[in-house]
Amino acid sequence: MRRIVIFIVSYLLWCGLVWPYDQNRIGTDGTAWDTGSLLLGLGVALLVAILFGGALTNKPKNLFNPLHIFWVIVYLPVFFYYCIKANLQVMYLVLHPDMPIKPGIVKVKTKLTSESGVTALANSITLTPGTLTVDVINDNELYVHWLVVESAEEDKATEIIVNRFEYFLEKIFD
Amino acid sequence: MSEIIAAILIGIGVLFNLFGCIGLVRFPDVYTRLQAATKCVTLGTCLTLGGVAIYGFAGGFGAMGMKSLLCIGFLAITAPTAAHALARGAYKYGVKLKEPTVVDLYQEVEPQPTSIEDEETETT
Repeated sequence: MRRIVIFIVSYLLWCGLVWPYDQNRIGTDGTAWDTGSLLLGLGVALLVAILFGGALTNKPKNLFNPLHIFWVIVYLPVFFYYCIKANLQVMYLVLHPDMPIKPGIVKVKTKLTSESGVTALANSITLTPGTLTVDVINDNELYVHWLVVESAEEDKATEIIVNRFEYFLEKIFD
Repeated sequence: MSEIIAAILIGIGVLFNLFGCIGLVRFPDVYTRLQAATKCVTLGTCLTLGGVAIYGFAGGFGAMGMKSLLCIGFLAITAPTAAHALARGAYKYGVKLKEPTVVDLYQEVEPQPTSIEDEETETT
């Protein structure tokens, strides 16, 4: 099962990278598709699936669960909104003559249990307002570098930093 | 029309990259600089690639647009991971958090080795 998932994903990735479709080109068989690279991709994806089949995702079924895909689609605009907000904040801090920064490293806790969930949370935190994950300990304690520290207490910091993503990521990964 | 949108997106992207670079110069220490570098440069580059993708798709469903979209995905995943590794490595190597820092709870679990910068100032 896991190997089949990896085969499909890597074949799609191959198709994206090679992109064997070109409407301006007429191949030897008269279509715009490059059949040669499509077939080569099958071989490469098979090789990848056999060699690295055991290395990826613990719950391969989640990839094809429509509910999970729905929550990923809901999560993306939320994430993008916070990403833009983060950039405007950094822009403001950079251009302000006095640079009103108050940096520090705080500790937050997460309820997420799966490894990929915590990874996604850490990456989301890094790309959003004024925060950068420094380390993850015991699988649920994150140490976060904060550009403008609003509260050094664990509970309050968790509420501000983690809660805005946790709801969605819990739906996606758990 | 799509060329104008592409040009606007690329322009905004370059602008964000510029702010990221200014932040890289102005901020006081490694960690705050990483903040500027990851956020602004990631979004700036993603927007630039998005502009390229729109420009590419305008001339047909070709390889250029598709590859730019894939690059956005790769960049959005790898950039924060790299920043995380850099910040942790810097902390373990003993790079201190500079002056305006108010709190450092990471000290509890990971006591810093003696700062390299202190030794340097003593010898000079």
